[in-house]
Amino acid sequence: MAEPPGLIEARELTKRFGDKVAVDHLSFNVEPGRVTGFLGPNGAGKSTTMRLITGLDRPDGGTATIGGRGYRQLTKPLTVVGALLEARSIHPGRSARNHLLYLAQTQELPAKRADEVLDLVGLRDVANKRAGGFSLGMTQRLGIAAAMLGDPPVLLLDEPVNGLDPEGIRWVRNFMRQLAGEGRTIFVSSHLMSEMAVTADHLIVIGRGSLIADSSAEDFIERSSERSVLVKSPDSARLRELITAEGGTVQKDTAPGEDKNGDEGMIVTGLPAPRIGELAASASLVLHELTPRLPSLEEAFMELTADSVEFGKIEPPKTAAPGTAATPTAGTS
Amino acid sequence: MTAGLLAAEWTKIRSVRSTLWTLLVFVVVAIGFSALVALVISNTWNNPGNHPNHITLVTDPTAVLFGAGFGLGQLAMCVLGVIVISSEYSTGAIRSSLLAVPRRIPMLAAKAIVFMLLDFVVSAITVFAVFFISTAILRSHISITLSTTGVARACIGGILYLTVLGLFSLAIGGLIRHTAGAIATVIALVLVVPPLISLIPGTIANHVHGYLPTIAGTLVAQTSEQSGDVLSPWQGFGVFCIWTAVLLGACGYLLMHRDA
Repeated sequence: MAEPPGLIEARELTKRFGDKVAVDHLSFNVEPGRVTGFLGPNGAGKSTTMRLITGLDRPDGGTATIGGRGYRQLTKPLTVVGALLEARSIHPGRSARNHLLYLAQTQELPAKRADEVLDLVGLRDVANKRAGGFSLGMTQRLGIAAAMLGDPPVLLLDEPVNGLDPEGIRWVRNFMRQLAGEGRTIFVSSHLMSEMAVTADHLIVIGRGSLIADSSAEDFIERSSERSVLVKSPDSARLRELITAEGGTVQKDTAPGEDKNGDEGMIVTGLPAPRIGELAASASLVLHELTPRLPSLEEAFMELTADSVEFGKIEPPKTAAPGTAATPTAGTS
Repeated sequence: MTAGLLAAEWTKIRSVRSTLWTLLVFVVVAIGFSALVALVISNTWNNPGNHPNHITLVTDPTAVLFGAGFGLGQLAMCVLGVIVISSEYSTGAIRSSLLAVPRRIPMLAAKAIVFMLLDFVVSAITVFAVFFISTAILRSHISITLSTTGVARACIGGILYLTVLGLFSLAIGGLIRHTAGAIATVIALVLVVPPLISLIPGTIANHVHGYLPTIAGTLVAQTSEQSGDVLSPWQGFGVFCIWTAVLLGACGYLLMHRDA
Protein backbone atom coordinates (compact mmCIF):
# COMPACT_ATOMS: atom_id res chain seq x y z
CA MET A 1 0.00 0.00 0.00
CA ALA A 2 1.41 3.37 -1.02
CA GLU A 3 2.00 5.82 1.79
CA PRO A 4 1.23 9.51 1.37
CA PRO A 5 4.56 11.02 0.25
CA GLY A 6 4.54 13.54 3.05
CA LEU A 7 3.77 11.22 5.96
CA ILE A 8 6.45 10.85 8.61
CA GLU A 9 6.13 7.72 10.69
CA ALA A 10 8.18 6.91 13.76
CA ARG A 11 7.75 3.43 15.18
CA GLU A 12 9.29 2.40 18.49
CA LEU A 13 12.20 4.70 17.77
CA THR A 14 14.93 4.20 20.36
CA LYS A 15 18.35 5.78 20.76
CA ARG A 16 20.81 5.34 23.60
CA PHE A 17 23.98 7.27 24.28
CA GLY A 18 25.86 5.02 26.67
CA ASP A 19 23.60 4.49 29.67
CA LYS A 20 21.37 7.40 28.82
CA VAL A 21 18.23 6.66 26.85
CA ALA A 22 17.71 9.74 24.66
CA VAL A 23 14.72 8.44 22.71
CA ASP A 24 12.64 5.69 24.24
CA HIS A 25 10.27 3.62 22.06
CA LEU A 26 8.83 6.71 20.48
CA SER A 27 5.98 6.23 18.00
CA PHE A 28 4.06 8.95 16.20
CA ASN A 29 2.83 10.10 12.80
CA VAL A 30 3.32 13.54 11.31
CA GLU A 31 0.62 14.31 8.77
CA PRO A 32 0.83 16.51 5.68
CA GLY A 33 -0.98 19.82 5.37
CA ARG A 34 -0.50 21.12 8.86
CA VAL A 35 2.12 22.42 11.23
CA THR A 36 2.98 19.78 13.78
CA GLY A 37 4.76 21.14 16.81
CA PHE A 38 7.33 18.89 18.43
CA LEU A 39 7.52 19.97 22.03
CA GLY A 40 9.54 19.06 25.00
CA PRO A 41 11.86 20.60 27.53
CA ASN A 42 15.52 20.97 26.62
CA GLY A 43 17.12 17.54 26.59
CA ALA A 44 13.84 15.73 25.98
CA GLY A 45 15.19 14.10 22.82
CA LYS A 46 13.67 16.34 20.13
CA SER A 47 16.88 16.97 18.21
CA THR A 48 17.94 13.34 18.51
CA THR A 49 14.58 12.25 17.10
CA MET A 50 15.01 14.58 14.14
CA ARG A 51 18.54 13.27 13.59
CA LEU A 52 17.15 9.73 13.62
CA ILE A 53 14.45 10.63 11.09
CA THR A 54 17.05 12.13 8.74
CA GLY A 55 19.50 9.26 9.10
CA LEU A 56 22.28 11.31 10.71
CA ASP A 57 22.12 9.03 13.74
CA ARG A 58 21.36 5.33 13.61
CA PRO A 59 18.56 4.17 15.91
CA ASP A 60 19.26 1.42 18.43
CA GLY A 61 15.76 0.19 17.73
CA GLY A 62 12.66 1.02 15.77
CA THR A 63 12.25 2.79 12.45
CA ALA A 64 11.50 6.20 11.03
CA THR A 65 10.15 6.57 7.51
CA ILE A 66 9.08 9.37 5.22
CA GLY A 67 6.41 8.38 2.73
CA GLY A 68 7.11 4.79 3.69
CA ARG A 69 10.84 4.94 3.02
CA GLY A 70 13.80 5.32 5.33
CA TYR A 71 15.80 8.51 4.81
CA ARG A 72 18.91 6.57 3.84
CA GLN A 73 16.98 4.92 1.02
CA LEU A 74 16.13 8.23 -0.63
CA THR A 75 18.11 8.87 -3.82
CA LYS A 76 17.52 12.63 -3.93
CA PRO A 77 16.61 13.26 -0.31
CA LEU A 78 16.54 17.05 -0.50
CA THR A 79 13.66 16.84 -2.97
CA VAL A 80 11.69 14.85 -0.40
CA VAL A 81 12.73 16.31 2.95
CA GLY A 82 14.12 19.73 3.77
CA ALA A 83 15.76 19.85 7.15
CA LEU A 84 16.99 22.70 9.28
CA LEU A 85 18.79 21.02 12.12
CA GLU A 86 21.59 22.75 13.98
CA ALA A 87 22.49 26.14 12.60
CA ARG A 88 26.12 25.03 12.69
CA SER A 89 25.89 22.90 9.56
CA ILE A 90 27.68 25.29 7.24
CA HIS A 91 31.38 25.78 6.53
CA PRO A 92 32.06 29.35 7.70
CA GLY A 93 34.58 29.94 4.95
CA ARG A 94 32.16 29.13 2.15
CA SER A 95 29.82 31.68 0.62
CA ALA A 96 26.08 31.27 0.96
CA ARG A 97 25.72 30.67 -2.77
CA ASN A 98 28.47 28.03 -2.90
CA HIS A 99 26.92 26.25 0.09
CA LEU A 100 23.60 26.05 -1.75
CA LEU A 101 25.28 25.35 -5.09
CA TYR A 102 27.04 22.21 -3.92
CA LEU A 103 23.87 20.96 -2.22
CA ALA A 104 21.96 21.57 -5.48
CA GLN A 105 24.61 19.67 -7.43
CA THR A 106 24.28 16.61 -5.20
CA GLN A 107 20.59 16.47 -6.12
CA GLU A 108 21.16 17.19 -9.82
CA LEU A 109 19.23 20.43 -9.39
CA PRO A 110 20.02 23.41 -11.65
CA ALA A 111 22.39 25.98 -10.20
CA LYS A 112 19.74 28.69 -10.50
CA ARG A 113 17.81 26.94 -7.71
CA ALA A 114 20.47 28.32 -5.33
CA ASP A 115 19.63 31.87 -6.39
CA GLU A 116 15.91 31.20 -6.20
CA VAL A 117 16.05 30.06 -2.58
CA LEU A 118 18.39 32.95 -1.72
CA ASP A 119 15.66 35.27 -3.01
CA LEU A 120 13.05 33.32 -1.07
CA VAL A 121 14.79 33.98 2.25
CA GLY A 122 16.05 37.45 1.35
CA LEU A 123 19.77 36.69 1.29
CA ARG A 124 20.45 37.60 -2.34
CA ASP A 125 22.54 40.64 -1.36
CA VAL A 126 24.96 38.59 0.72
CA ALA A 127 25.04 35.54 -1.56
CA ASN A 128 28.78 35.82 -2.14
CA LYS A 129 29.70 36.65 1.44
CA ARG A 130 31.29 34.03 3.63
CA ALA A 131 28.68 32.35 5.81
CA GLY A 132 30.95 32.63 8.84
CA GLY A 133 30.25 36.35 8.97
CA PHE A 134 26.48 35.93 9.10
CA SER A 135 24.38 36.83 12.12
CA LEU A 136 22.43 34.04 13.78
CA GLY A 137 19.28 35.20 12.02
CA MET A 138 20.98 35.18 8.61
CA THR A 139 22.44 31.75 9.33
CA GLN A 140 18.97 30.45 10.16
CA ARG A 141 17.66 31.94 6.91
CA LEU A 142 20.46 30.24 4.99
CA GLY A 143 19.53 26.98 6.70
CA ILE A 144 15.92 27.46 5.63
CA ALA A 145 17.08 28.25 2.09
CA ALA A 146 18.99 24.95 2.07
CA ALA A 147 15.90 23.15 3.36
CA MET A 148 13.78 24.66 0.56
CA LEU A 149 16.32 23.90 -2.17
CA GLY A 150 14.64 20.75 -3.45
CA ASP A 151 11.11 22.15 -3.02
CA PRO A 152 10.37 19.23 -0.69
CA PRO A 153 6.92 18.11 0.49
CA VAL A 154 8.28 17.59 4.01
CA LEU A 155 10.12 20.09 6.21
CA LEU A 156 11.85 19.33 9.48
CA LEU A 157 12.78 22.42 11.44
CA ASP A 158 14.66 22.12 14.72
CA GLU A 159 14.12 25.25 16.84
CA PRO A 160 13.94 27.51 13.78
CA VAL A 161 13.19 30.70 15.72
CA ASN A 162 16.09 30.30 18.13
CA GLY A 163 18.02 33.53 18.29
CA LEU A 164 15.79 35.38 15.85
CA ASP A 165 14.53 38.90 16.42
CA PRO A 166 10.76 39.48 16.54
CA GLU A 167 10.64 40.28 12.85
CA GLY A 168 12.50 37.08 12.02
CA ILE A 169 10.22 35.08 14.28
CA ARG A 170 7.15 36.45 12.51
CA TRP A 171 8.73 35.69 9.16
CA VAL A 172 9.42 32.05 10.07
CA ARG A 173 5.95 31.70 11.57
CA ASN A 174 4.19 32.96 8.45
CA PHE A 175 6.49 30.93 6.26
CA MET A 176 5.59 27.71 8.06
CA ARG A 177 1.85 28.50 7.92
CA GLN A 178 2.12 29.21 4.21
CA LEU A 179 4.00 25.96 3.50
CA ALA A 180 1.51 23.93 5.50
CA GLY A 181 -1.26 25.64 3.53
CA GLU A 182 0.37 24.33 0.35
CA GLY A 183 -0.15 20.82 1.69
CA ARG A 184 3.37 20.22 2.94
CA THR A 185 4.27 18.42 6.12
CA ILE A 186 5.79 20.83 8.61
CA PHE A 187 7.42 19.27 11.66
CA VAL A 188 8.85 21.95 13.90
CA SER A 189 10.45 21.49 17.28
CA SER A 190 10.50 24.00 20.06
CA HIS A 191 10.89 24.15 23.79
CA LEU A 192 8.79 27.32 23.77
CA MET A 193 5.14 26.55 24.30
CA SER A 194 4.13 30.11 23.49
CA GLU A 195 5.67 29.80 20.04
CA MET A 196 3.80 26.59 19.31
CA ALA A 197 0.55 28.10 20.61
CA VAL A 198 0.48 30.48 17.65
CA THR A 199 1.85 28.22 14.91
CA ALA A 200 1.05 24.57 15.53
CA ASP A 201 -2.16 22.82 14.52
CA HIS A 202 -1.08 19.60 16.11
CA LEU A 203 1.29 18.79 18.93
CA ILE A 204 3.59 15.91 19.69
CA VAL A 205 4.93 16.34 23.19
CA ILE A 206 7.82 14.33 24.56
CA GLY A 207 9.67 14.26 27.84
CA ARG A 208 12.76 12.18 28.58
CA GLY A 209 12.51 10.58 25.18
CA SER A 210 8.97 9.26 25.66
CA LEU A 211 5.70 10.36 24.16
CA ILE A 212 3.54 12.43 26.50
CA ALA A 213 0.87 13.67 24.15
CA ASP A 214 -0.05 13.44 20.49
CA SER A 215 -3.12 15.54 19.83
CA SER A 216 -4.46 18.76 18.40
CA ALA A 217 -3.38 21.86 20.26
CA GLU A 218 -6.91 22.40 21.65
CA ASP A 219 -7.32 18.81 22.79
CA PHE A 220 -3.93 18.98 24.43
CA ILE A 221 -5.11 21.75 26.73
CA GLU A 222 -8.48 20.13 27.35
CA ARG A 223 -7.11 16.75 28.25
CA SER A 224 -3.84 17.49 29.87
CA SER A 225 -5.06 19.88 32.49
CA GLU A 226 -8.18 19.89 34.60
CA ARG A 227 -10.43 22.83 34.04
CA SER A 228 -10.75 25.06 37.05
CA VAL A 229 -13.01 27.90 38.10
CA LEU A 230 -12.04 31.14 39.77
CA VAL A 231 -14.61 32.06 42.39
CA LYS A 232 -14.72 35.27 44.39
CA SER A 233 -17.22 35.85 47.11
CA PRO A 234 -17.36 38.02 50.22
CA ASP A 235 -18.62 34.94 52.06
CA SER A 236 -15.95 32.58 50.90
CA ALA A 237 -15.75 30.47 54.03
CA ARG A 238 -19.40 29.44 53.75
CA LEU A 239 -19.11 28.84 50.02
CA ARG A 240 -16.04 26.70 50.54
CA GLU A 241 -17.98 24.36 52.79
CA LEU A 242 -20.74 24.00 50.22
CA ILE A 243 -18.30 23.30 47.42
CA THR A 244 -16.36 20.73 49.43
CA ALA A 245 -19.61 19.02 50.47
CA GLU A 246 -20.57 18.80 46.78
CA GLY A 247 -17.28 17.07 45.94
CA GLY A 248 -15.30 20.01 44.61
CA THR A 249 -11.75 20.81 45.61
CA VAL A 250 -10.70 24.26 46.71
CA GLN A 251 -7.09 25.20 46.22
CA LYS A 252 -6.15 27.75 48.82
CA ASP A 253 -4.01 30.73 48.11
CA THR A 254 -3.64 29.94 44.47
CA ALA A 255 -5.82 32.74 43.23
CA PRO A 256 -4.45 36.25 42.96
CA GLY A 257 -4.71 37.94 46.39
CA GLU A 258 -7.57 40.01 47.67
CA ASP A 259 -9.28 42.23 45.20
CA LYS A 260 -10.56 45.73 45.83
CA ASN A 261 -13.65 44.41 47.61
CA GLY A 262 -11.50 42.47 50.04
CA ASP A 263 -12.62 39.16 48.54
CA GLU A 264 -10.31 36.23 48.57
CA GLY A 265 -10.27 34.31 45.31
CA MET A 266 -10.59 30.55 45.26
CA ILE A 267 -9.56 28.16 42.56
CA VAL A 268 -12.10 25.34 42.41
CA THR A 269 -11.60 22.13 40.55
CA GLY A 270 -13.96 19.19 40.20
CA LEU A 271 -17.08 21.28 39.81
CA PRO A 272 -18.22 23.16 36.71
CA ALA A 273 -18.91 26.88 37.00
CA PRO A 274 -22.72 26.59 36.59
CA ARG A 275 -22.95 24.14 39.50
CA ILE A 276 -20.96 26.50 41.74
CA GLY A 277 -23.32 29.29 40.77
CA GLU A 278 -26.32 27.16 41.67
CA LEU A 279 -24.79 26.25 45.04
CA ALA A 280 -24.20 29.90 45.82
CA ALA A 281 -27.75 30.84 44.78
CA SER A 282 -29.33 28.07 46.83
CA ALA A 283 -27.54 29.38 49.92
CA SER A 284 -28.20 33.00 48.96
CA LEU A 285 -24.49 33.80 48.85
CA VAL A 286 -23.18 36.75 46.89
CA LEU A 287 -20.73 35.98 44.12
CA HIS A 288 -18.39 38.68 42.84
CA GLU A 289 -16.75 36.54 40.25
CA LEU A 290 -17.28 33.15 38.69
CA THR A 291 -14.82 32.54 35.86
CA PRO A 292 -14.11 29.22 34.14
CA ARG A 293 -10.38 29.05 33.59
CA LEU A 294 -8.78 27.38 30.59
CA PRO A 295 -5.11 26.79 31.18
CA SER A 296 -2.78 28.27 28.63
CA LEU A 297 -0.87 25.88 26.42
CA GLU A 298 2.15 26.90 28.44
CA GLU A 299 0.61 25.80 31.72
CA ALA A 300 -0.55 22.52 30.25
CA PHE A 301 2.92 21.90 28.92
CA MET A 302 4.63 22.77 32.18
CA GLU A 303 2.27 20.57 34.11
CA LEU A 304 2.95 17.61 31.84
CA THR A 305 6.66 17.95 31.56
CA ALA A 306 7.64 19.41 34.91
CA ASP A 307 7.82 16.20 36.84
CA SER A 308 8.97 13.03 35.21
CA VAL A 309 7.34 10.97 37.97
CA GLU A 310 3.99 11.97 36.55
CA PHE A 311 4.91 10.37 33.25
CA GLY A 312 4.82 7.02 34.97
CA LYS A 313 1.08 7.35 35.53
CA ILE A 314 0.24 7.58 31.86
CA GLU A 315 3.13 5.66 30.35
CA PRO A 316 3.63 1.91 30.43
CA PRO A 317 5.85 1.02 33.37
CA LYS A 318 9.55 1.06 32.60
CA THR A 319 12.51 -0.42 34.34
CA ALA A 320 13.82 2.17 36.72
CA ALA A 321 17.55 1.50 36.67
CA PRO A 322 19.09 2.31 33.29
CA GLY A 323 21.75 -0.35 33.63
CA THR A 324 19.23 -3.12 33.96
CA ALA A 325 16.88 -2.00 31.20
CA ALA A 326 16.00 -5.07 29.17
CA THR A 327 14.20 -3.35 26.34
CA PRO A 328 13.04 -5.45 23.40
CA THR A 329 14.77 -3.51 20.67
CA ALA A 330 16.11 -4.80 17.42
CA GLY A 331 19.65 -3.50 17.36
CA THR A 332 22.26 -2.94 19.99
CA SER A 333 24.79 -0.18 20.07
CA MET B 1 27.98 7.98 -7.73
CA THR B 2 27.01 10.61 -10.23
CA ALA B 3 28.50 13.55 -12.06
CA GLY B 4 26.49 15.73 -9.71
CA LEU B 5 28.33 14.41 -6.68
CA LEU B 6 31.68 15.01 -8.36
CA ALA B 7 30.61 18.54 -9.26
CA ALA B 8 29.45 19.09 -5.68
CA GLU B 9 32.75 17.95 -4.20
CA TRP B 10 34.59 20.19 -6.66
CA THR B 11 32.44 23.13 -5.57
CA LYS B 12 33.21 22.32 -1.94
CA ILE B 13 36.95 22.04 -2.41
CA ARG B 14 37.35 25.15 -4.56
CA SER B 15 35.09 27.35 -2.43
CA VAL B 16 37.20 27.41 0.72
CA ARG B 17 40.39 29.42 0.96
CA SER B 18 42.33 26.71 2.79
CA THR B 19 42.57 24.72 -0.46
CA LEU B 20 44.30 27.52 -2.32
CA TRP B 21 46.61 28.35 0.58
CA THR B 22 47.79 24.81 1.25
CA LEU B 23 48.37 24.16 -2.45
CA LEU B 24 50.28 27.42 -2.70
CA VAL B 25 52.44 26.40 0.26
CA PHE B 26 53.02 23.01 -1.36
CA VAL B 27 54.15 24.50 -4.68
CA VAL B 28 56.26 27.29 -3.18
CA VAL B 29 57.99 25.09 -0.61
CA ALA B 30 58.65 22.27 -3.09
CA ILE B 31 60.03 24.50 -5.83
CA GLY B 32 61.74 26.94 -3.47
CA PHE B 33 63.56 24.34 -1.38
CA SER B 34 64.57 22.24 -4.37
CA ALA B 35 65.91 25.28 -6.19
CA LEU B 36 67.76 26.40 -3.06
CA VAL B 37 69.43 23.01 -2.68
CA ALA B 38 70.36 22.96 -6.37
CA LEU B 39 71.81 26.47 -6.11
CA VAL B 40 73.91 25.59 -3.06
CA ILE B 41 75.22 22.44 -4.74
CA SER B 42 76.00 24.35 -7.91
CA ASN B 43 77.77 27.21 -6.12
CA THR B 44 79.92 24.86 -4.00
CA TRP B 45 80.61 22.40 -6.80
CA ASN B 46 84.32 23.17 -7.09
CA ASN B 47 84.96 23.77 -3.40
CA PRO B 48 87.55 21.44 -1.86
CA GLY B 49 86.32 18.60 0.35
CA ASN B 50 83.85 15.72 0.11
CA HIS B 51 80.68 16.12 -1.93
CA PRO B 52 78.43 13.12 -1.27
CA ASN B 53 75.73 14.88 -3.30
CA HIS B 54 77.84 14.63 -6.42
CA ILE B 55 77.83 10.84 -6.17
CA THR B 56 74.13 10.68 -5.39
CA LEU B 57 73.39 12.93 -8.38
CA VAL B 58 74.86 10.16 -10.51
CA THR B 59 73.44 7.10 -8.73
CA ASP B 60 70.02 8.45 -7.70
CA PRO B 61 69.61 12.00 -9.06
CA THR B 62 65.94 12.40 -8.10
CA ALA B 63 66.81 11.76 -4.44
CA VAL B 64 68.76 15.00 -4.47
CA LEU B 65 66.42 16.89 -6.80
CA PHE B 66 63.20 15.99 -4.93
CA GLY B 67 64.44 15.15 -1.42
CA ALA B 68 64.47 18.55 0.21
CA GLY B 69 61.58 20.24 -1.61
CA PHE B 70 59.08 17.41 -1.46
CA GLY B 71 60.30 16.10 1.89
CA LEU B 72 58.93 19.29 3.39
CA GLY B 73 56.35 20.24 0.75
CA GLN B 74 54.55 16.90 1.01
CA LEU B 75 53.36 17.95 4.47
CA ALA B 76 51.18 20.64 2.87
CA MET B 77 49.52 17.96 0.74
CA CYS B 78 49.02 15.86 3.88
CA VAL B 79 47.37 18.82 5.59
CA LEU B 80 45.07 19.43 2.63
CA GLY B 81 44.13 15.74 2.46
CA VAL B 82 43.18 15.81 6.13
CA ILE B 83 41.22 19.06 6.13
CA VAL B 84 39.29 18.21 2.97
CA ILE B 85 37.30 15.85 5.18
CA SER B 86 38.04 16.85 8.80
CA SER B 87 36.91 20.44 8.23
CA GLU B 88 33.45 19.08 7.45
CA TYR B 89 33.34 17.64 10.94
CA SER B 90 34.89 20.63 12.71
CA THR B 91 32.51 23.09 11.06
CA GLY B 92 29.41 20.89 11.18
CA ALA B 93 29.13 21.01 7.37
CA ILE B 94 29.16 17.20 7.42
CA ARG B 95 25.52 17.34 8.51
CA SER B 96 24.54 19.26 5.38
CA SER B 97 26.62 16.88 3.27
CA LEU B 98 25.10 13.72 4.72
CA LEU B 99 21.55 15.08 4.60
CA ALA B 100 22.14 15.50 0.87
CA VAL B 101 23.88 12.13 0.41
CA PRO B 102 22.54 9.86 3.16
CA ARG B 103 24.11 6.77 1.61
CA ARG B 104 27.40 8.42 2.54
CA ILE B 105 29.81 6.17 0.62
CA PRO B 106 29.12 7.93 -2.72
CA MET B 107 30.04 11.22 -1.03
CA LEU B 108 33.31 9.78 0.27
CA ALA B 109 34.09 8.27 -3.13
CA ALA B 110 33.36 11.53 -4.94
CA LYS B 111 35.43 13.48 -2.44
CA ALA B 112 38.35 11.06 -2.80
CA ILE B 113 38.22 11.15 -6.61
CA VAL B 114 37.99 14.94 -6.85
CA PHE B 115 40.81 15.48 -4.35
CA MET B 116 42.90 12.78 -6.01
CA LEU B 117 42.57 14.47 -9.41
CA LEU B 118 43.40 17.88 -7.95
CA ASP B 119 46.37 16.43 -6.06
CA PHE B 120 47.55 14.62 -9.21
CA VAL B 121 47.40 17.69 -11.44
CA VAL B 122 49.09 20.01 -8.93
CA SER B 123 51.73 17.38 -8.12
CA ALA B 124 52.44 16.73 -11.80
CA ILE B 125 52.98 20.42 -12.49
CA THR B 126 55.14 20.82 -9.39
CA VAL B 127 57.25 17.69 -9.89
CA PHE B 128 58.12 18.65 -13.46
CA ALA B 129 58.68 22.27 -12.47
CA VAL B 130 61.08 21.14 -9.74
CA PHE B 131 62.81 18.75 -12.11
CA PHE B 132 63.36 21.26 -14.89
CA ILE B 133 64.31 24.14 -12.60
CA SER B 134 66.79 22.08 -10.58
CA THR B 135 68.40 20.38 -13.56
CA ALA B 136 68.71 23.76 -15.29
CA ILE B 137 70.55 25.14 -12.26
CA LEU B 138 72.91 22.15 -12.25
CA ARG B 139 73.36 21.95 -16.03
CA SER B 140 76.85 23.39 -16.13
CA HIS B 141 78.04 20.63 -13.80
CA ILE B 142 75.98 17.56 -14.60
CA SER B 143 73.43 16.65 -17.26
CA ILE B 144 70.28 14.97 -15.96
CA THR B 145 67.42 14.53 -18.41
CA LEU B 146 64.19 12.58 -18.55
CA SER B 147 65.96 10.06 -20.79
CA THR B 148 68.54 9.30 -18.09
CA THR B 149 67.87 5.73 -16.94
CA GLY B 150 65.14 5.61 -14.30
CA VAL B 151 64.56 9.36 -14.17
CA ALA B 152 61.27 9.45 -16.10
CA ARG B 153 59.88 6.64 -13.93
CA ALA B 154 61.04 8.43 -10.81
CA CYS B 155 59.26 11.63 -11.87
CA ILE B 156 56.03 9.76 -12.61
CA GLY B 157 56.57 7.86 -9.37
CA GLY B 158 56.92 11.10 -7.43
CA ILE B 159 53.63 12.34 -8.84
CA LEU B 160 51.91 9.05 -8.00
CA TYR B 161 53.40 9.02 -4.49
CA LEU B 162 52.11 12.53 -3.78
CA THR B 163 48.70 11.61 -5.16
CA VAL B 164 48.36 8.51 -2.99
CA LEU B 165 49.81 10.39 -0.01
CA GLY B 166 46.89 12.82 -0.30
CA LEU B 167 44.38 9.97 -0.22
CA PHE B 168 46.26 8.37 2.66
CA SER B 169 45.89 11.64 4.60
CA LEU B 170 42.24 11.99 3.61
CA ALA B 171 41.53 8.51 4.98
CA ILE B 172 43.19 9.35 8.29
CA GLY B 173 41.29 12.65 8.41
CA GLY B 174 38.05 10.73 7.95
CA LEU B 175 38.97 8.17 10.58
CA ILE B 176 40.06 10.65 13.25
CA ARG B 177 37.64 13.48 12.29
CA HIS B 178 39.61 16.07 14.30
CA THR B 179 41.89 18.24 12.21
CA ALA B 180 44.70 18.64 14.72
CA GLY B 181 44.71 15.00 15.77
CA ALA B 182 44.63 13.76 12.19
CA ILE B 183 47.41 16.08 11.02
CA ALA B 184 49.56 15.05 13.99
CA THR B 185 48.94 11.39 13.16
CA VAL B 186 49.82 11.78 9.49
CA ILE B 187 52.99 13.73 10.26
CA ALA B 188 53.97 11.12 12.85
CA LEU B 189 53.51 8.35 10.27
CA VAL B 190 55.40 10.25 7.57
CA LEU B 191 58.23 11.86 9.53
CA VAL B 192 58.54 10.41 13.03
CA VAL B 193 57.84 6.68 12.94
CA PRO B 194 60.21 5.64 10.10
CA PRO B 195 63.45 6.97 11.69
CA LEU B 196 62.42 5.50 15.06
CA ILE B 197 61.86 2.05 13.56
CA SER B 198 65.14 2.27 11.68
CA LEU B 199 66.91 2.68 15.04
CA ILE B 200 65.92 -0.88 15.95
CA PRO B 201 68.66 -3.24 14.77
CA GLY B 202 67.94 -6.53 12.99
CA THR B 203 66.38 -7.76 9.77
CA ILE B 204 62.83 -7.91 11.13
CA ALA B 205 62.92 -4.23 12.02
CA ASN B 206 64.49 -3.54 8.63
CA HIS B 207 61.57 -5.24 6.90
CA VAL B 208 58.99 -3.48 9.09
CA HIS B 209 60.69 -0.21 8.20
CA GLY B 210 60.64 -1.10 4.51
CA TYR B 211 56.91 -1.77 4.56
CA LEU B 212 55.96 1.49 6.33
CA PRO B 213 53.57 3.43 4.10
CA THR B 214 55.77 6.34 3.10
CA ILE B 215 59.03 4.38 3.12
CA ALA B 216 57.52 1.90 0.67
CA GLY B 217 55.72 4.66 -1.20
CA THR B 218 58.78 6.82 -1.90
CA LEU B 219 60.73 3.95 -3.49
CA VAL B 220 58.97 4.61 -6.77
CA ALA B 221 60.37 8.16 -6.79
CA GLN B 222 63.96 6.87 -6.59
CA THR B 223 65.90 6.69 -9.82
CA SER B 224 67.52 3.37 -8.93
CA GLU B 225 67.22 0.75 -6.20
CA GLN B 226 69.47 1.29 -3.20
CA SER B 227 71.17 -1.29 -1.02
CA GLY B 228 68.92 -1.99 1.93
CA ASP B 229 65.66 -1.55 0.03
CA VAL B 230 63.44 -4.51 0.81
CA LEU B 231 61.03 -3.78 -2.03
CA SER B 232 61.34 -2.82 -5.68
CA PRO B 233 59.98 0.61 -6.68
CA TRP B 234 56.66 -0.67 -7.98
CA GLN B 235 56.29 -3.22 -5.15
CA GLY B 236 56.83 -0.37 -2.73
CA PHE B 237 54.20 1.72 -4.45
CA GLY B 238 51.84 -1.26 -4.35
CA VAL B 239 52.36 -1.59 -0.60
CA PHE B 240 51.62 2.12 -0.14
CA CYS B 241 48.45 1.74 -2.23
CA ILE B 242 47.35 -1.20 -0.07
CA TRP B 243 47.90 0.82 3.13
CA THR B 244 45.81 3.62 1.63
CA ALA B 245 43.07 1.32 0.36
CA VAL B 246 42.74 -0.36 3.76
CA LEU B 247 42.54 2.99 5.54
CA LEU B 248 39.99 4.32 3.03
CA GLY B 249 37.97 1.14 3.52
CA ALA B 250 38.03 1.62 7.29
CA CYS B 251 37.09 5.26 6.77
CA GLY B 252 34.11 4.22 4.65
CA TYR B 253 33.03 1.57 7.13
CA LEU B 254 33.10 3.99 10.06
CA LEU B 255 31.40 6.69 7.99
CA MET B 256 28.50 4.29 7.46
CA HIS B 257 28.30 3.17 11.06
CA ARG B 258 29.11 6.22 13.15
CA ASP B 259 26.62 8.93 13.99
CA ALA B 260 27.39 12.13 12.16
